[in-house]
This record gives sequence, structure tokens and C-alpha cells, in this order.
Amino acid sequence: MFDFLVSFIPRAVMQSIPLLYGSTGEILTEKSGNLNLGIPGIMYVGAISGVIGAFFYEQSVPAAEMNAFLAIAIPFLSSLLGSFLMGLLYCFLTVTLRANQNVTGLAMTTFGVGFGNFFGGSLIKLAHSEVPSIALSATSNFYRASLPFADRLGWFGQIFLSYGFLAYLAIAIALLTAFLIRKTRTGLHLRAVGESPATADAAGINVVRYKYLFTCFGSMIAGLGGLYYVMDYANGVWSNNAFGDRGWLAIALVIFTIWRPNVSVLASILFGGLYILYLYIPTGTQFAVKELYKMLPYLVTLFVLIIVSLRKKREDQPPASLGLHYFREER
Amino acid sequence: MESVQNAVRLEKLTKHFGNVVANNAISLELHEGEILSLLGENGSGKTTLMNMLSGIYYPDSGQIYIHGKPVTIASPKDAFAHGIGMIHQHYKLVDVFTATENIVLGLNEKGKLNLKEAGKKIKEISEKYGFEINPDQKIYDMSVSQKQTVEIIKVLYRGADILILDEPTAVLTPQETDKLFAVMRNMQKDGKSIIIITHKLHEVLEVSDRVAILRKGEYIGDVLTKDADQQSLTDMMVGHTVSLNINRPEPVNPTPRLEVKGLTVFDDLGVKRLDDVTFTAYSGEILGIAGIAGSGQRELLESISGLYPISKGEILYHNPKTGCDENLVGKDPMSIQKAGVSMAFVPEDRLGMGLVGSMGMTGNMMLRSWRNGKSFFVDKKAPEQLANTIWKELEVVTPSTNFPVRRMSGGNVQKVLVGREIAQNPAVLMTAYAVRGLDINTSYTIYNLLTAEKMKGVAVVYVGEDLDVLLELCDRLVVLCGGKVSGVVDARTTNKREVGVLMTRVGGNGNEQ
Amino acid sequence: MNSKKALFHISKRGELPWLKVWLIRGAAILLALLVCSVLTVLVTGLNPFAVYGTMFKGVFGTARKTWVTFQKLAVLLGISLAVTPAFKMRFWNIGAEGQVMVGSLACAAVMITLRNYISSNLLMIVLMLVASLAAGALWGFLPAFFKSRWNTNETLFTLMMNYIAIQLSAFFIILWENPKGAGQIGIINASSELGWLPSLFGQQYLLPILVIALLTVALYIYLKYSKHGYEIAVVGESERTARYAGIKVERVIIRTMVLSGAICGLIGFLLVGATDHTLTTTLVGGRGFTAVMVSWLAKFNPLGMIFTSFLLVFLQLGAKEIASTFFLNESFADILTGVILFFIIGCEFFINYKIEFLKNDRKGA
Repeated sequence: MFDFLVSFIPRAVMQSIPLLYGSTGEILTEKSGNLNLGIPGIMYVGAISGVIGAFFYEQSVPAAEMNAFLAIAIPFLSSLLGSFLMGLLYCFLTVTLRANQNVTGLAMTTFGVGFGNFFGGSLIKLAHSEVPSIALSATSNFYRASLPFADRLGWFGQIFLSYGFLAYLAIAIALLTAFLIRKTRTGLHLRAVGESPATADAAGINVVRYKYLFTCFGSMIAGLGGLYYVMDYANGVWSNNAFGDRGWLAIALVIFTIWRPNVSVLASILFGGLYILYLYIPTGTQFAVKELYKMLPYLVTLFVLIIVSLRKKREDQPPASLGLHYFREER
Repeated sequence: MESVQNAVRLEKLTKHFGNVVANNAISLELHEGEILSLLGENGSGKTTLMNMLSGIYYPDSGQIYIHGKPVTIASPKDAFAHGIGMIHQHYKLVDVFTATENIVLGLNEKGKLNLKEAGKKIKEISEKYGFEINPDQKIYDMSVSQKQTVEIIKVLYRGADILILDEPTAVLTPQETDKLFAVMRNMQKDGKSIIIITHKLHEVLEVSDRVAILRKGEYIGDVLTKDADQQSLTDMMVGHTVSLNINRPEPVNPTPRLEVKGLTVFDDLGVKRLDDVTFTAYSGEILGIAGIAGSGQRELLESISGLYPISKGEILYHNPKTGCDENLVGKDPMSIQKAGVSMAFVPEDRLGMGLVGSMGMTGNMMLRSWRNGKSFFVDKKAPEQLANTIWKELEVVTPSTNFPVRRMSGGNVQKVLVGREIAQNPAVLMTAYAVRGLDINTSYTIYNLLTAEKMKGVAVVYVGEDLDVLLELCDRLVVLCGGKVSGVVDARTTNKREVGVLMTRVGGNGNEQ
Repeated sequence: MNSKKALFHISKRGELPWLKVWLIRGAAILLALLVCSVLTVLVTGLNPFAVYGTMFKGVFGTARKTWVTFQKLAVLLGISLAVTPAFKMRFWNIGAEGQVMVGSLACAAVMITLRNYISSNLLMIVLMLVASLAAGALWGFLPAFFKSRWNTNETLFTLMMNYIAIQLSAFFIILWENPKGAGQIGIINASSELGWLPSLFGQQYLLPILVIALLTVALYIYLKYSKHGYEIAVVGESERTARYAGIKVERVIIRTMVLSGAICGLIGFLLVGATDHTLTTTLVGGRGFTAVMVSWLAKFNPLGMIFTSFLLVFLQLGAKEIASTFFLNESFADILTGVILFFIIGCEFFINYKIEFLKNDRKGA
């Protein structure tokens, strides 16, 4: 049993990190009243932007001469830039042009996934790769570097210290976001914008700025989830559509945690665990059952959604203005 | 007094909404340390004008001066920066926040967010001016008057020295109103300048130093309160003297039509909204329902119409068409309406209930007739005819019967609603806030329509806000207070004071006591 | 004080004449096509006319391609029609993906499990149809039930239901895989063609296209002239008004979503029974989401959806043709679709609002 946990938990954690990034980003976005269904697309863009950055850096410098800082910073910054632009586009359409959030989000997911796969495919061609994927193992090695003494600490090291820096960053960002939302003045203002923009506006809070700022921050955080997936989880290998439906799972996680990033740290591990549980459960010859296990995260989320609506606790409801746009002179 | 200093001076402010001129070149002054009443009927542009001062709207043209300096107020933030704080009619509070969180919202004080410290400061302010408040209470747990307190403390906390109160007394009991006025005088002593928007004359005379009057978006003039009386103010407000006498014939052959017995209802949060309500509405009379806002008026009408779940009690209806007695409890809205009980309810946004904003008159007539006939399809001919009749007879201003009612002006919308309900030939006609936001002439049209129904032998139930109208229009009054009937009085012999006492007898909104 | 001068001012405008509305939309589409051609030229180096020529060839180049175009158009239009009644009711059903998926799954299930017991093609098809409709309806019923009873957020609910449907299908695909270990079902009843819908005039795609054409007209009439349609419009506007008018809101929500789901189920039935004859988890391929956009772009007008779905199908197939002609990745189509959508979504602003630039004569402090 113990051995099982020691091998299971690290895999669940690695599975959880993209979800954690995605849900933290989406929570921050939703707290500003924007229901960004473009998150799955944005995570693709975050991933491919990082891949593009890494690709050109790897192409320009021989592997042996790569600078650790640049190898990390270039993909990191290009990922942030890519997802930032997506967030900006979403805000421009929904906040400035007051477009329907659902429709805009879905269009962004179409666009983002297409963008990722298109440039992924193009890079694969550029690299004259034999297989339909592109491997950036040199960059990935920098991203996957864990503490040198982690191996020597046995099970403790395996469970807690065996991950690349992006994993710890994800947890740090989640906790920081939770603190920001609950305890700071900015968080108070942000929540007010999401609950009742008219109130926030009357109180002198710049609603448009808050929506732009936190939706873009949210996008950038979510984009890092894509970056983590390629550079760390997938060992730097990009193949089209490999990221799958994790973006939607991240949105599920938002509901599951009732808009709490700190809860998300553990809940994402639960989701990650459910996602790979089938690998550990003896199904005999019935391989089909594993597909049912993959259904579990969505089922439990649905369950939470229903329970929360049954209980009607005011604090547990979605931000009251979620999905609505705000126009001051409307009367 | 030496030469008066102006806290605020507005110069030729103009604001359009679409083709409607809400404010036309209005110039106005607020002196330092004075309480100014901004008087005008609903729709005269008072709130719009003040919204420009507080940064909610941006003027199309004109200039604002604060303490003598020209300023541009493009957002509420700018307004705060100039020391202007407005308490809106619809409170701008975040429901899931505490009082403290709401009060510090939008402030950029130095240092970390410290809610405890803020709570202390709030207590200090409360003691200074005489408020009662629990800083940690959530807004959704508060009564209307508590919410108003939070709003006022909010602007004081920010150190505003120019306060604007938009119809602050509309939702208060007389006792709460007195408290508010006391607080206002404390603030005036403290050097604050205050504008109070209202259309209640006695309040104007009681609390203010000077009165400025708006009519239909135009500035009419100002007068010192000590030189004014009800009649002169009414003249300025309305333009020409309107006799307050509403034509009230004696009831015709009253027989019991609707008997409500022991009605008790709870809302979806489990709060008791009506408590053992008992009264009888007679045919051929107008029965007024008086009470401060939120005393159970809406719940009462909705219960009778089958729209509100009833936990106890009976509603006996003597159907004049069949001659039978029916218990309405447990019937669905459609069959209650078909039996002859109609309701025209005008909610605050005028459209929320009873009308579909995006549809034209015809589509709205269909709300009552859509299910007629066995066909799978709706019949549009009959409602089209009805729409045309109402259009002509009630002089509704609209380009066509398909013009969305949302874009018609308030009075016309209400004519459509009330006209449709009357056209159903009801035996019981219930109206709530039928003259909400209407000018006096249109209000009289509505009063006359209702009186005509009464003379036809209909039992009319009239829920209204304005006590004067209730006293002059109705035959009898049922006074509601905190969901209970606190008294049934004869409208011809009672007076305002008596009704006012009844309205507050059982603990008002359930707070304070 | 440092007050900034407002440069322009935005206000809601009254209704524009329809001609102007369509001029704005047309301009947005033209602008989008322009941007798309610039994008395409950047990637392919071709002149834009050649590019659109290539696209056109991809869409209508051969009789076969034209049939494919119309078939794809029919499917997308069908799903868009399905989500429309719910949207008119302001019920944000983004679960069409899952509703079509379970419809397909139910259809395939009948074809596979009953093939040894039933030999009549007609009976088989009827059973398939009933199963698909029921499955789709169930998937529509669940979120509606919870929405009407406890106001459970339907957007999130239907979103979750999509993946439950997809995973459920994945489960059965492996359960029924053929041959063993292939991980896919393959063509169902390939030799017997049991349960395959008949080809009309030798055209396999004609029947589904006709079904959808009929459905479009029917739904248009349903929404505009029927009592149900009136109820839907009132509920969408205000639930309180609906209750007041004696409309049973819960029942309308549930009935409408059951209808929505059942139409999705019908599409699933057509996909498996008439065109694909197989079940894969990507059978719907995101069209459940695209349909949301199609419906919204057409302002929930079934006739308008013919154009909006054609636009999107044209882009998809045209871009696919460009991709294969110039050895690009197929996802190019998604990028172009995204760009066009952004433009159309954005242009609605200029239909609903007007911007006035303020003269600079205001005295700023």
C-alpha cells in the first residue's frame, strides 16, 4: 500500500499541476465577473508559445552551450506573452465591445486549440521530424530539474521534492491568489467587481481596469499550465491535441473548489489522481473500465455543483455578475 | 449671514437619453452648510442631475463648480475626490460582504487592509451622529433601514462634506424618518452640505433650509423653506394648481367578493412574510392597502393570484359569474385569472412583471390570451384588436402596436398594463403601484379608470405608496405592518396620523425594537 | 485635480434599420475575410484571389465535395437548431456536444446489440431513432430539471455532461471494439448494412439533408407561431412575468430542454445511421460548441442560421483545402474560423451602441 502511494502520489501531482494553473487562472478571471470559456484554448496557446520560444532558442544555440537562465526564461516569457494576448483579446471583446461571454470564450477555444495545433504542426515540419511530434528535451531538462538531494530522501523526496520548479510555482501562485482574493484590498475590490459591478463602480473602483487586469493575469496563469504540461510533464514533447480536455477539467475544478484556489491545491491532486487512477486499478481484461474512471472528475464536479445549489449558502454561489457585461449608463 | 459660499454650483447641465432630454440646461447652487431639497415629480430629472454630480452619468454639456472651482467629474471616483458622496435610492451594496467591507470598498488607504481598524472607525462615526450598526453583519441579513445606514456611513467614512440623498425616506417608517432627519441635522451642525431628493412636501418643509424645484427636466426656481408652504411648492412642482380632490363616489351595493382568512406565507428563505392576514374586499368599493415598502403587499397580491406558495389560510372568492364560492388557495394563476381575479402589478423597473419588454402591445395582450383555443398555434388576431382599442382609448403614445413596450415611456407602459387587466372584465381588480413614476395628469387618468371599475361593481384592491392618494381614492384601508394587518379603517373618516401609527405599530420592518 | 478628459462617449442606441445592421455585419465579414487572406498569404505566399479560389474549389470543386459540404452544413445547422429554443429561453445550454454524443451512442448501441435479434431494416431504424431521441432528451432533461428546481447553473452543468457523454462513449467503444484490441468500432454492420438509412436517388447524404431542411422550417414555425414558442419567448424575457401569465416555468424549461436534447439525439442518429456508420469519441468534433456560435450569430433565427452555419462550414472546408493543397496543417481552418468569429462578435457592438466623439472645447481643470 505504501509503495503504491509513493508511486501514485507523484504521478497524481504531476497530473494535477496543469489543472491547478488552469483553475487558479479561471478563478481569478471569474472573480472579476468574466466566465472565460476560452481557458482551454488559452492553455494551448500558453503551451505552444513556450514551445516556439524554446524551439528557436534550441535551434540557435548548441545544446551544450545553452544557458540555464535563458532556456527557462525565453519559453516562460513567450508563454506568458501568448496567453496574455489571448486574455487581452477576450477582454477587448467582452468588456470593451460587450460581446456575449459564452460565445467569445468558445470562439477563443476554437481559435486557441487551432493555433496550438497549427504552429505545433508547422514546427514539426520545420524540424523535419520523423514522428508527428516535436521534442525539446534540452529545454525540458532545465524545467524538470529538481533539487539535487531529493533522490536521497527516499519516499519523502519522491512525494514532496521530485518536481520541477513550475510545480512549486503553481502551488505558490494558488496560495498567493487565495490570499489576494480573501485578505487584501485589491481582492476585496475584485470580488466587488464580480459580485456587483454597479456597486464597485459607484464606490470609485475602475471596473474596466479590474476586469482587464485580472482576466489577463488569469489567462497568463492558465497559460503556464500549458507550459508545464509540455516542458515538464511531457518531457518537452509537443504533439498535437495531446493536452486534450484538461482545460475543461480545470474549469470543472473551479466549481469543485467553490472558487477557492487554496482548496484547489489539494483538489487538483484529487482530480489528477482520478484522471490516472485507472492505471493502478486492476481491471483485468476489461480495458474499457478505465474510460469510466476518467469520467469520475466530471461526475464529482457535477455532484458538487448540485449540492451547492441545493444548500443555497450565499457565500458558495458563483460571483453574482458572472457572465454579464457591465455598462454604466444602462437604464 | 455674510456673502454665501457655494459648495456646489451647476451651470447649464444638459443630459439626453436617446431622444429624451432628461435635464435641459439646469443651473443650481448648494450653499455651504445648508440642507437643500431638490423637489420634483417622478421623472422630472432630479436623480439624473444628481447622478451627474456624483459621476454616474456624464453631462452632454455644462459645467460643475465645487467650492468655486470648475471641475470635471467623469467617474464616481472623481466625485469622491471632490468630497461628494451620494446615497442612491437603490442601495449600491455587495450582498455577500459585511457592513465594514462595503464601507471600505473602493478606498485606497495606505497600508494593509485592516478590517478591525475600519470597524472601530465605523463605531466612532456611528456614535458621533447617532447610528446603530453592527459592522460585521452581512448585508443580506439586514433590513432596508440598516442598509441605508451603511450607505450613509460609507460616504461619511470617506470624509465627504457634500452629501446627496436620493429619496431616502421612501422605504422608511415615520420613526426611522425622524431618526434620519436628526442625523442630517447633526451632520449639518458638523458643517456638511446636504441635498435631499424627495417628492414629499411635508418632509421638504420639515428638514430643509431651501428648496429647488425641477419640472420635466427644466429648472423652475428656488425658494427659502421658511417662505414656502405646501400649496406654493405644489404649484411650482406641477406648474398649475391641481385640485388634490380625487373624485370618490359612494360604493355601490357592496357585497363581500373576496374574503381572506388567516393567510400566512413564508418566502424561500423561510422568513414569514404574511402573518394571519384577514380582511374582506367588497364589490363596488376600492380597498386600499397601506403600509411601508416591504410590509407584505407584494406577497399578499401574489398569494391571491396564485403566484406565491401559501402555507396557511383561506381565500374565499364569491364568483359573480357562477354565483358559487370558491377557495382560491391551491389554484394555479391561470385558472384564478380566468375566474375573474386580475392583477396589475407595477414593479420598480416597471417591466419585471406583467409585461414583456421586448414585445409590442400585441405581444403583451397575448400574455392574457395566449392559451385560448385548442390550436397548437397562438391566435394573434384578438390580441391585435385589443391592442388597437387600448391604443386609441387610453391615448397610448407609441408608433405601432408592435413597438417594444420597453422603449415606451413610463406612463404609456402603465396604461398598457392597467388597460389590459381592465379589458379582462375582472370581478376583482388588484393593482399595485399603478401610478408609480407617473405625472399627475396620467395618475388621474388611472384613478378615474379604477373608480369607473368600482362603479361597475368590481372589487378594486389598490396598493399604493402615497398616503394622500390612498386616503382620497379608497373607501376603506387595510394597513399592513410587518406582514400583519395592524388595522382596517374607513378612508373617509381616518387621517394620516392614525394610518401612520398603524403602519408602524407592529415593529415596523422587524428591526429597531 | 487631474481629471482626464473623456474623448468619446458610448451610449445605447435605438433600433437600427435592418439594412444598416446587415451592412455592419457584412462589413465585419469582409474585413475578417481580408484579415484571413492576409494571414493566408503570409503563410502560403499566394495571391488572395487564388486562395479564395482554392477555398471555393475545396467546397464546391466536385460533386462529391459539394455533397460533403451540404452534409456538413446540415449537421452543423441541425445542432444549432437544437440549441436555439433553449437559448431563446436564456438557458445557456453548451451541452449539445454531449447530447449529440449520447444520441450517437444510443443509436450505435441499438445497431450493435440488437443486430442478432432483428432482421427488419425498418424496425431497426425505428428502434435506433427512438433510442437516440430518448438518450438526447435525457441529457437535456437532467440540467433542466436541476435548473428549474434548484437554479443549478446550467452552463456549468451542461459542460460537465459533455465529458460524461464522451467518456461513456469511450467506454462502450472499447467494449464493442472490432476487431479486438483495435480500440475502435469500425463500420457497424458493414456487410449486412442493417440499420443503415436508405440512400435517396443514390445519394447517401440526401436524406439527412432533407430531414434538416424540414427541421429548419418546422422550428422556425414552432418558435414564431406556436403557443410553446410564445411561452419560450416570455420565459426568456422574465420568469416572473411568465408565472404571472400562467405559464408553468419549470415545465417550459424542462420541455424545451427535452426538445433541445431530442433534436441533438436526432442529429446523433443521422450521424451514425446515415453518414458515418460508426462511433468515435470525436464524432461530434466540437460542433456542439460551434453550434452555440452559429445560433448566436444568427440572433436565434432558424432561417438566419442557414447562412451562419454555411459561413462556418465554408471556412472549415475551404481552409482544409488550402491546408492540403499547400501542405499546411488542418488546424489552419480553426484559426481562420476564430478570426472570422472575433470580427462578427465584435461588430455587434457597433449595432447596439453608438460612439460619439466629444469636441475638445470642454474646459478641463
